Amino acid sequence: MSLPISRSLKADTSGLTRRGLLAAGAGTVFVSAFPFPAGAAPEDMKAAIRKAFGKGELRDGRVSINTPPIAENGYSVPITVRVESPMSEGDHVREIGLFSPRNPVAHIAHYYLGPRAGRAEIATRIRMAGTQDVMAVAKMNDGTLWSAARETVVTLAACVVL
Amino acid sequence: MASIRLSVPDTAAKGEVIEIKALIRHPMESGFRRDSRGETIPRDIITRFECEYDGQTVFAADFHPSVSANPFLTFYTTATVSGTLTFRWTDQTGRTWSESAEIRVT
Amino acid sequence: MRRLGALALLALSACGPDMAKGETGFETPQSGSAFLKPDTRALQSDDFANPGFLWVDRGEALFARASEGGPACASCHDGGEHTLEGVAARYPAIDDQTGELFNLERRINACRSRHQGEPPLEHESEALLSLTAYVAHLSRGVAIDVETGGAARPYYEAGREYFFTRRGQFNLSCHHCHDRNWGQSLRGDTISQGHPNGFPAYRLEWESFGSLHRRLRDCDTGVRAAPYPAGSDTYVALELYLAARANGLAMESPGVRR
Repeated sequence: MSLPISRSLKADTSGLTRRGLLAAGAGTVFVSAFPFPAGAAPEDMKAAIRKAFGKGELRDGRVSINTPPIAENGYSVPITVRVESPMSEGDHVREIGLFSPRNPVAHIAHYYLGPRAGRAEIATRIRMAGTQDVMAVAKMNDGTLWSAARETVVTLAACVVL
Repeated sequence: MASIRLSVPDTAAKGEVIEIKALIRHPMESGFRRDSRGETIPRDIITRFECEYDGQTVFAADFHPSVSANPFLTFYTTATVSGTLTFRWTDQTGRTWSESAEIRVT
Repeated sequence: MRRLGALALLALSACGPDMAKGETGFETPQSGSAFLKPDTRALQSDDFANPGFLWVDRGEALFARASEGGPACASCHDGGEHTLEGVAARYPAIDDQTGELFNLERRINACRSRHQGEPPLEHESEALLSLTAYVAHLSRGVAIDVETGGAARPYYEAGREYFFTRRGQFNLSCHHCHDRNWGQSLRGDTISQGHPNGFPAYRLEWESFGSLHRRLRDCDTGVRAAPYPAGSDTYVALELYLAARANGLAMESPGVRR
């Protein structure tokens, strides 16, 4: 079958200018590869953790994070956080905080649990302004803080509206 | 209108740890996006979620702009008595949406 | 400007002479979901967490609600003789009364004016999106089977011509990406075959639910061409060509796409 355009398949991109692209991309909302621009720095994340949990020492362990190693884009990345705990009256998780070293607001979300939860685990979906190590911090009823970090690579979309 | 989806088991054994899922329709506009005229689109987010069971708040959460649109949450609670679980979302202006589910504990 | 570079490369690679698989570039159609990362596919197949169901639920409620001027959709389409199961897989189709090509959105609006005494809903409005989501969902798993002969033929030809016509500052046609380069990587994306079977769909990039026409507008804007309005004759004709190209592929709406 003959194709109307198969004879001359040469792309002429010489006429492309940034201004032309801006005009072509005029829609109601600019869509970019990321849900929002990178804003925070790792220091901002540390400050946000201090603000949420105080000055206590952050220990490694008891917390595990699961995210996809590579996310399709940064708009909706699934994340599961588990904390090892019997969730008894005497030994349970009180709070879990999620933090980003790169998003414009470092504190992503905060969860309040108690012994009635039975299981110290939450799952949600979050935005990521690019590849980063998201951090989870858990506060136990004895006041100790435990943490973990996990890297997710956020890929760049090709066909974005600009 | 139906803009909340809840997954709560109809029945559970007393003491059983049950999985709860909650999904609500909301743009979670972060306040960091701009429209085609370069103007910032104002922030419009849900900031608080609470689950009440048997008259007690058994789980709560604070949301910030990095929570995805149409917030989705999975968490756990222990089945104690037959009754109602009430789920409530509150946005930055204090507007609330709520939905409830019945559970029978045997 | 790196993004431009990626698309320019694609344009050049589209010069290859590989036309062995005929004009569509594939033997059997593969759904867009086959080109997603596993987590996105998992979200689509989770009937609770798939956010598209927020629109299906709303559509189901609207479908059952009586209109002011007449009966509810559900009073005719009650699951009996006039069931809508499988119907969406045959759209776009020729409307018997007017001889014009209707997609689902046009059919729903025609029903409103003919049987319910209601004004048409705007394309991409919440109500029309929700109703379309519900009706499309009733055909989930059903193979697309659109008619392209008879009165549908001129629409099919117009849609096909649109598909093969270069447009925009990138000077690319749909054919270049979706027939000749599907499966290839373009930055972080894998180019799909461009099938409509997941639509209306929840797109992560939109952080919302939208019609096929909204997706087509993004495609046109992506190659820096002026998009047509959602619901336009041009896109309805293109929708028929896309559906015919995907004949045999199972409907997935509410799909989840990146």
